[in-house]
Amino acid sequence: MSADLTTTLVVNGRTVTRTAGAHLSLLRWLRDVADVLDPKYACGEGVCGACAVLVDGEPVSSCIVLAAQVDGARVTTAAGLTGPGGELSPLQRAFHEHHAAQCGFCTPGMLICATAMLADGMTRTRDEIRHELHGNLCRCTGYQQVVDAIEAAQGAAQGAAQGAAQGIPP
Amino acid sequence: MIPRNVGRSVLRREDAALLAGRGRFTDNMVLPGMLHAVMVRSPVAHARIESVDTSAASRVDGFVTVLTGADLMSEWAGPLPMIWPVADGILLPDHWPVAPAEVKHAGDPVAVVVAESRAAAEDAAELVGVEYDVLDAVVDMEAALEPDAPLVHEELGTNRCFEAGLSNGDVDRAFREAAVTVSERFVQQRVIPSPMETRAVIAVATPGTGELTLWSSTQVPHILKAELAGCVGVPEHNLRVIAPDVGGGFGAKLNVYGEEAAAVVLARRLGRPIKWVEERSEHSLATSHGRGQVQYVEIAADADGKIRGIRSRIVASMGAYLLLETPGIPMLGKFLHCGVYGADAYSFDCVAVFTNQTPTDAYRGAGRPEASYAIERAIDALGRRVGVDPAEIRRRNLLPPGEWVTNAAGIEYDSLDVEPTLDEALRVAGYEDLRREQARRRKQGGTRLLGIGLSCYVESCGVGPSRVLAKSNYQAGGWEAARVRILGSGKVEVVTGVSPHGQGHETVLSQIAADRLGVPMEDVAVLHGDTAVSAAGLDTYGSRSLVVGGTAVLKAADRVLSKARALAAHLLEASEEDLLFEDGEFSISGAPERALGIAAVARAAHLGQNLPETMEPGLEEQVVYDPPEFTYPFGTHVAVVEVDVETGSVELLRFVAVDDCGNVVNPMIVEGQAHGGLAHGIAQALYEEAVYSQDGQLQSGSLMSYLVPSAAELPSFEVSRKVTPSPVNPLGAKGAGEAGTIGSAQAVMNAVVDALAPLGVTALDMPASPARVWAAIREAGRG
Repeated sequence: MSADLTTTLVVNGRTVTRTAGAHLSLLRWLRDVADVLDPKYACGEGVCGACAVLVDGEPVSSCIVLAAQVDGARVTTAAGLTGPGGELSPLQRAFHEHHAAQCGFCTPGMLICATAMLADGMTRTRDEIRHELHGNLCRCTGYQQVVDAIEAAQGAAQGAAQGAAQGIPP
Repeated sequence: MIPRNVGRSVLRREDAALLAGRGRFTDNMVLPGMLHAVMVRSPVAHARIESVDTSAASRVDGFVTVLTGADLMSEWAGPLPMIWPVADGILLPDHWPVAPAEVKHAGDPVAVVVAESRAAAEDAAELVGVEYDVLDAVVDMEAALEPDAPLVHEELGTNRCFEAGLSNGDVDRAFREAAVTVSERFVQQRVIPSPMETRAVIAVATPGTGELTLWSSTQVPHILKAELAGCVGVPEHNLRVIAPDVGGGFGAKLNVYGEEAAAVVLARRLGRPIKWVEERSEHSLATSHGRGQVQYVEIAADADGKIRGIRSRIVASMGAYLLLETPGIPMLGKFLHCGVYGADAYSFDCVAVFTNQTPTDAYRGAGRPEASYAIERAIDALGRRVGVDPAEIRRRNLLPPGEWVTNAAGIEYDSLDVEPTLDEALRVAGYEDLRREQARRRKQGGTRLLGIGLSCYVESCGVGPSRVLAKSNYQAGGWEAARVRILGSGKVEVVTGVSPHGQGHETVLSQIAADRLGVPMEDVAVLHGDTAVSAAGLDTYGSRSLVVGGTAVLKAADRVLSKARALAAHLLEASEEDLLFEDGEFSISGAPERALGIAAVARAAHLGQNLPETMEPGLEEQVVYDPPEFTYPFGTHVAVVEVDVETGSVELLRFVAVDDCGNVVNPMIVEGQAHGGLAHGIAQALYEEAVYSQDGQLQSGSLMSYLVPSAAELPSFEVSRKVTPSPVNPLGAKGAGEAGTIGSAQAVMNAVVDALAPLGVTALDMPASPARVWAAIREAGRG
């Protein structure tokens, strides 16, 4: 236990200020103090990716970062990927269409890392997707339908980008 | 009736919440006044507890209480349950939720600390001072059988838990008269199931009523309720168990654990909700392990490789205690060590042994992966012995196809037809081309060797009928319950006793019910996982949920429909025989204008104002279905590997699986089950091992040291399917959750050994890690 610290984070677009123990990892701060429950504890040592969130756009294992270290940052979790009415993002829809989630426990972290992966707009091969996903462990899917979903999502994103360039509405 | 949903890859209804990050997992729940429990665990494998000093712990801010195993003894009405005393004379050691006097494995709990916050509970637990009188430990299961071995349970006088077996035909004669014999020893290493969600529980006592509610990340809320009641002394009708969203199980959550018992008694004692969430390192030590066998497999055959006799003897590690089904797991392979091959004679013997390690129990496949591994590696050895290719040696020995095929152990497989899966797997793999490429490389020389491995598997699903389970002394039924009700609005509720944790049962069961009742899938809700909602049930394990639970839903829907038909006939003033039912509508044959939708019938049933004389109001029926037989999925897997002889590293290049699990309700979901299952089997072959030191320390107790494979370690699987409908149930389904794991590890190991054949390597155990492969190459080079 430790002294308290006041930390402010912009979580999924909402400014959250909380005073809590300085020892708290970003994961514990989000889950136990800010009631943001989709990042999960699963290994506690930055190996499995279940706790992954975007910190100022970069994927981070929130179990091995102190909340106080990222004071002031924008934090995005899987719940923050949905639209204002709760509608699924294209990536989340691709996960749905390709059966990329089974128990769904690791899925929020998986979605966050896939979001970060696709942010550069590059087209990846299946092997490249697999390689970049190596920080996210899943025990249910054997990863194949996750790779299918990410592959489809990047294809759709490119299709949309090309469509936009040609003035075709999405 | 035309199936509109069954057989189609309907997208999962579970996804909307899970993909939006709105899953409802146990650790996501916070209740007012909730306290947090942390277990104090033994750091040593075997010791007497000399003293427990809690004074420093009690000074931590937020500390509420600490109770030692000895303190808690007055709370227990009975020990932790074990429901599978498989053999006469089985030795049953004491097993209490928190160890009162002696610890038997590293991680055994000795006290539980409760505090206002998780952090305070962790701090206080650190400060509990336990003095141990350390005793000798034993971890090697064969050494544990030696006369001078340290005893895990002194009072039992031996580490031998039970011996049991089975013999069919004259095995000695088969070996006496055989032209050739092979004799192999394989080690099934211990593995750690490692669902991504560790275990978690919340217990709440309702003051004054004696009612207790337990939320648990469990696969088996019904079994947990029934079996925990007797341990914690809560009458069964006062205990409610809820399994909310559960983050994977794989057998590790098919149990009744000490922490569940401790949470209940603490909630009762303190009058406040208690939460306990397992750390990953605790999961490695305190949740059941899988596998853990040494296998001695012998085959007697003619000179051409035709099998005459199979003799399998195994030593199975129980670990330190018997959990819910521990002794039954190796015995699930009793009838299956002969696999898909015919033989005149067969015997199986199991010696079960206690060691100072985490107890074993069910892990994906439970006893059947071990069985299939043993025979599939042994038949490769036979092929080498008689100089016959792995595909051909299998073909020569396959059981003939048939609706009921008696195997060498004397049980009957339903709708067996293995050869088409072998043909298809070889075709997809391009087997002949692979062999040519292998020959080319062998001639050319080089350091990257190509290996091709096969596995033809069969397994058993359904865990029923109950009368058959009785023969192995299993203390639970094999039935499943389903309740189907059509509400007054025409919407449908399906209540099931199976308890999903990732398998998509809500989707699949609503596909079945919607088709049967002629309603849209969106009009069907599937309720599960709460013993107050689904009072009857036997939960999810052993690939039973569709074959037993799905059939129960089908039959309950039919029963509802039959009542609806009688009511519709009454309302239409027609005779039942003249009624047609199509697309959710009853109409009169020859007078299509006189029709009634099922919603209108349901409304009439609910109003109860105009019913036939003896009919009760409402449209709700329950079916408890006990299957007539087990079902036996089968298939063929092919692995292609490359082994680097300089480093010993193995790369899995391709994996082809052709499975036959009978009819399929949702192909996309079955495919996902196959992929996930393959990942587990491949992981056992190449990566995973619970490594113990000789003094009983687990050395691979975190996800840093225990290698659950990532996407980068696995290839894209080439999965396809044959469909031989099962005659056992009206769905024609066989079960799909475990086959991927059951068939795959041996295909990979056969491929590695095949790659290394030119170097003279024949003996190699899992996991085929670089160190182990490299050592085997060096060893063979010296020989």
